Amino acid sequence: MQQQILQVKENVKLTDSIYRMVLVGDMSAIKNSGEFVNLEIPGYFLRRPISVCDFNANELTLIYKVVGKGTEVMSGAVAGDSYDVLLGLGNGYDTTVSGSHALLLGGGVGVPPLYNLCRRLISEGKKVTVVLGFNTANEIFYENEFNALGADVRVTTVDGSYGIKGFVTDAIADIDYTYFYTCGPEPMLKAVYRATKTSGQFSFESRMGCGFGACMGCSCKTNFGNKRICKDGPVFVKEEILW
Amino acid sequence: MVNTKVMLAGIEMDNPVIPASGTFGYGQEFAELYDINCLGTFSFKGTTSEPRFGNPTPRIAECSAGMINAVGLQNPGVDAVVSHELPEMKKFFHKPVMANVCGFSLEEYAHVCEVLDSEEQIGWFEINISCPNVHGGGMSFGTSPCAAADVVKAVKKVTTKPVIIKLSPNVTDIVSIAKACEAEGADGISMINTMLGMRIDLRTKKPIIANKMGGFSGPAIKPVALRMVYQVYEAVSVPIVGMGGLMNAEDVIEMMLAGATAVEVGTANLIDPFVCKKIVDELPAVMEKYGIKNLTDIIGGAH
Ligand SMILES: Cc1cc2nc3c(=O)[nH]c(=O)nc-3n(C[C@H](O)[C@H](O)[C@H](O)COP(=O)(O)OP(=O)(O)OC[C@H]3O[C@@H](n4cnc5c(N)ncnc54)[C@H](O)[C@@H]3O)c2cc1C
Ligand SMILES: Cc1cc2nc3c(=O)[nH]c(=O)nc-3n(C[C@H](O)[C@H](O)[C@H](O)COP(=O)(O)O)c2cc1C
Ligand code: FES
Repeated sequence: MQQQILQVKENVKLTDSIYRMVLVGDMSAIKNSGEFVNLEIPGYFLRRPISVCDFNANELTLIYKVVGKGTEVMSGAVAGDSYDVLLGLGNGYDTTVSGSHALLLGGGVGVPPLYNLCRRLISEGKKVTVVLGFNTANEIFYENEFNALGADVRVTTVDGSYGIKGFVTDAIADIDYTYFYTCGPEPMLKAVYRATKTSGQFSFESRMGCGFGACMGCSCKTNFGNKRICKDGPVFVKEEILW
Repeated sequence: MVNTKVMLAGIEMDNPVIPASGTFGYGQEFAELYDINCLGTFSFKGTTSEPRFGNPTPRIAECSAGMINAVGLQNPGVDAVVSHELPEMKKFFHKPVMANVCGFSLEEYAHVCEVLDSEEQIGWFEINISCPNVHGGGMSFGTSPCAAADVVKAVKKVTTKPVIIKLSPNVTDIVSIAKACEAEGADGISMINTMLGMRIDLRTKKPIIANKMGGFSGPAIKPVALRMVYQVYEAVSVPIVGMGGLMNAEDVIEMMLAGATAVEVGTANLIDPFVCKKIVDELPAVMEKYGIKNLTDIIGGAH
């Protein structure tokens, strides 16, 4: 983990409530897709955890939804603003176990961390199918970006206004995947847990005090004992989840 | 050259800065970030007889200038601390450490201290008396002078190491509790633990924290902590470890002026993992700025 002051390069609106922020600075602390960063928000006491959507040596992309006061402040950021950020948090996804065909299932603001993961799996020569789930057509983001990486992309909407009508789990029956990765709201993760035939990795959220393992604010029980979502997670393998 | 050394209950410390229990784990996460031997010492996570998972989540809620936690004393239990945490700690921390101990009965306090007493790494015991007494209708030991004194008695029987009693601020008269602890032989007082608080989510219209209530900490509670340390300093002669909302070297000096011999920094570690190192590094310059040569000279200076 590192503490860095990062500069905002761009902060653009993707949908009514979803924004993409690109930050520049030293990103050497970020090692893995599925990690998260913790941003200090001027005027607010606790940092805000946001997943790494994409990164390279000196750029970091975050995609966030405005849900409360902190993310509202973020949405007003302009190029040149700076943020105090803790980088390199959490374990991230393990791609070594994916086999030849990875299935990525993302719901809403659970989509962002799958982006860098998708890039990595494809660079490792694996076939990737991505299923992105949203409530309705005007909430959709990043369909084209996943396509551009070379993934096979499907989109589901709950109201059927775009793509396949239903949930992500309604769009996977015919896919011949060897492993899966998923991130999204907990009801979706539970549905994925039941609907999948292989092992896979789940990314979880929790209210956090520190984000780096010090406060025990984010603990959960697993089949392998108590774990901290921020430090031992946020990614957990199917076999350790107690559902 | 300024002198940052202080003497706490018979043990000399290079400086008075101590990361507070529950915000520093058993040191490991911070030792990966900086050499934590720069600290005076640190107080490790409140340890009980048996492993505890603690409360359901959410356990954390943000507040203006602070936070509420209801972790519920999650810890691996004293046997795992002896077999795993202390041997690990030996690899990266070479000073006497402060053992924070919690119990839900007098027997539990005594048992944990007895097991830890033979560990040479431990310099001081810090006894958290904010826990509910399961045999006393769930009333916290820290809310009555008699119950607090009983804990001191039970612990002093099983150890010769200095025993510092950590007081709860959620009481009507903290001075009487401090005096009762001193009278039973407490070697020091540490204060304050978190203040009972709550936040409510407007969307769900229910408390944010699963446990409903939790401990409020951070800079918002500093004035209360200063006032209480000031009052207790006038009433006892044992050293006080002062804490509550300290964020920087100026805060450390302010707390020592109120009467603290050493200080703990808690919540600040969670939002700035390097804060204790920064405080240790800045302390000499801030002392110079305020014309302080010997930190010991300012203890209780506001009285
Ligand atoms: C590991 C991890 C990765 C995340 N990645 C993303 C992401 O890529 N994009 C995205 O839009 N959101 C993400 N979130 C959720 C994001 O952290 C919250 O939406 C955000 O903290 C809300 O802040 P706020 O001030 O706007 O909301 P408020 O409700 O005003 O926040 C009050 C407090 O509650 C906390 N909080 C509120 N909602 C959540 C939540 N869902 N999870 C954790 N803490 C919360 C805040 O951090 C803050 O401490 C992630 C959460 C975690 C734990
Ligand atoms: C997440 C968290 C966990 C804590 N756990 C303990 C504990 O196990 N034992 C204890 O004596 N105090 C515990 N405390 C209280 C702190 O040690 C300290 O007394 C209090 O937070 C006030 O100081 P601060 O404002 O600097 O945090 C905890 C505080 C926090 C924020
Ligand atoms: S948020 Fe502090 S341990 Fe996970």
